[in-house]
Amino acid sequence: MADRVFYARAAIGPAVRGTALVAKDGFSARYDLDRLKGVFSRPEHKLAGESYVGRILVLNVAKGGVATAWMLYEMAARRMAPAALVLNAVNPIMVQGAALAGMTLISGFDRDITDAIPHGALVEIDPTSDRPSIRLV
Amino acid sequence: MELNEEEKAMRAGELGPARQWAIEHQIQVGGYLGARDLVPVTQAHVMADTESLGEAGVAWLERWAELPWADRRVRVPTITDPRGTDFGAATRLKQEAWMVDRERRTTAAFEALGVLMTNTCINYQTIMPPVFGEHVAYGDTGVVIYCNSVHGARSNFEGGPSALAAGLTGRTPRYGYHLDERRRPTLRINVAWTPRDLNDWGALGGLVGRCAGDYWQVPVLVGLERGPNSDELKHFGAAAASFGSLALFHMAGITPEARRLDDLGDVRNLPTYDIGESDIRAFQRGYGAEADAVDLVVFSAPQLSILEMQRLAELLKGRTTRRPLLAVTSPQVKPDADRMGLTAIIEQAGGTVLSGMCFYQSYAREMAEANGWRRLATNSAKLVNIIGGYGYRPVLLSMAECVDAACTGRIRHG
Repeated sequence: MADRVFYARAAIGPAVRGTALVAKDGFSARYDLDRLKGVFSRPEHKLAGESYVGRILVLNVAKGGVATAWMLYEMAARRMAPAALVLNAVNPIMVQGAALAGMTLISGFDRDITDAIPHGALVEIDPTSDRPSIRLV
Repeated sequence: MELNEEEKAMRAGELGPARQWAIEHQIQVGGYLGARDLVPVTQAHVMADTESLGEAGVAWLERWAELPWADRRVRVPTITDPRGTDFGAATRLKQEAWMVDRERRTTAAFEALGVLMTNTCINYQTIMPPVFGEHVAYGDTGVVIYCNSVHGARSNFEGGPSALAAGLTGRTPRYGYHLDERRRPTLRINVAWTPRDLNDWGALGGLVGRCAGDYWQVPVLVGLERGPNSDELKHFGAAAASFGSLALFHMAGITPEARRLDDLGDVRNLPTYDIGESDIRAFQRGYGAEADAVDLVVFSAPQLSILEMQRLAELLKGRTTRRPLLAVTSPQVKPDADRMGLTAIIEQAGGTVLSGMCFYQSYAREMAEANGWRRLATNSAKLVNIIGGYGYRPVLLSMAECVDAACTGRIRHG
């Protein structure tokens, strides 16, 4: 079952379970999202047009500027946020934003997590153990 | 994380609930990113436009503002990034009353915390540039990359909440670009053509950002034929930070940690990329090469320096715009531009000079819908990277080409 559990170097937030939206693109709340409608809006993004609300976003790296640090909190307050962010590499802004919003964030895998998790898969994230992980259900 | 006695007191709530939240936030963030302790900082710079904060973020700030003065005041000088409006121009921009109201509430909350409302993303050109080795907590990616790279200061990207936390505690988690070992180059860029216009420097920055790919990469550029000036470095850095999420670059023979290439250690075996003029032109053609008309011309992101304002005034003198032309500068530059007659020249031509805001931080989607704006021309590579997500179709041109587009409504690609 080892290929169904993927361990990460760091995580924060509560344990969550949900459907994965997967792409090899990066992620920035300002650059990529229409936060009022709850969809990816950047035309070049692989997930353009897809709703992210309540989904577990599995993407490559944190991109862009500092606004995401506020935006995750604002999205969570309106219940228009993703359930979790799963990234190969974070920048500080994603960590700061997830910390303020109380959102689950997990990153730093031994393999490309966007290859490991199929688009649409049901996954569980355990950020609280000594070895944080994401598991295919 | 190792905490000293004062930090333990903050964590215990002995210095009030705001500082208690702030240091808990820093411990959580620092723990994730491997910090062993906190480092004192001398300045903080907070990005907090209300399109990002939303109602929830504004209300969150207001709760801290209600605390007693001793509990709420920042401990180190704390300044702000651009606001989401120019209060004097909100009606012309067709911004709605609720947007302006949120900005006023946010301003009042920050002032109650003792924050200086500088409202600028070019504080390194206008307020108080950091000195070599100075630890700071800056928001705005363009500010961080410029100050780290050009001044040799030490900052990570500090989002609004974290920059405010640094203002409240006077320190920040010691990870990333506060550490010597993180500041060494991880990739080499051989530059075969030295940019000329600001949009060329922005394009080079965008390409470097794409090559590097993530926050933890540090490019060193080799081969530039001349040292860029502050505005050129500003556009280069802003684009590198936007496209690559980069916070530090070195330029051999130019930036202070790379006076000589040898200063950076052995860079021979780093992953290497070559960038020439054809790459820069291809990058620029990637934004609007098919466009022949514009709805709007914007100079913003970063705010314009006094030299950029002068250049824009020269290009517009005696001409008349047929499309809206917005020139966004800082509250520090604007009075100089007024006094020197530059604002009058730009506005006599039909342009609008805005102060203290940033175009993409100012409810850009709502402004597009209210004004019928879609095709936007700019000389900012950073802006073309961001604004597509707000429903615009951006075109990257030189400042002169942008002015021609504003005056004719048409685009003549150079």
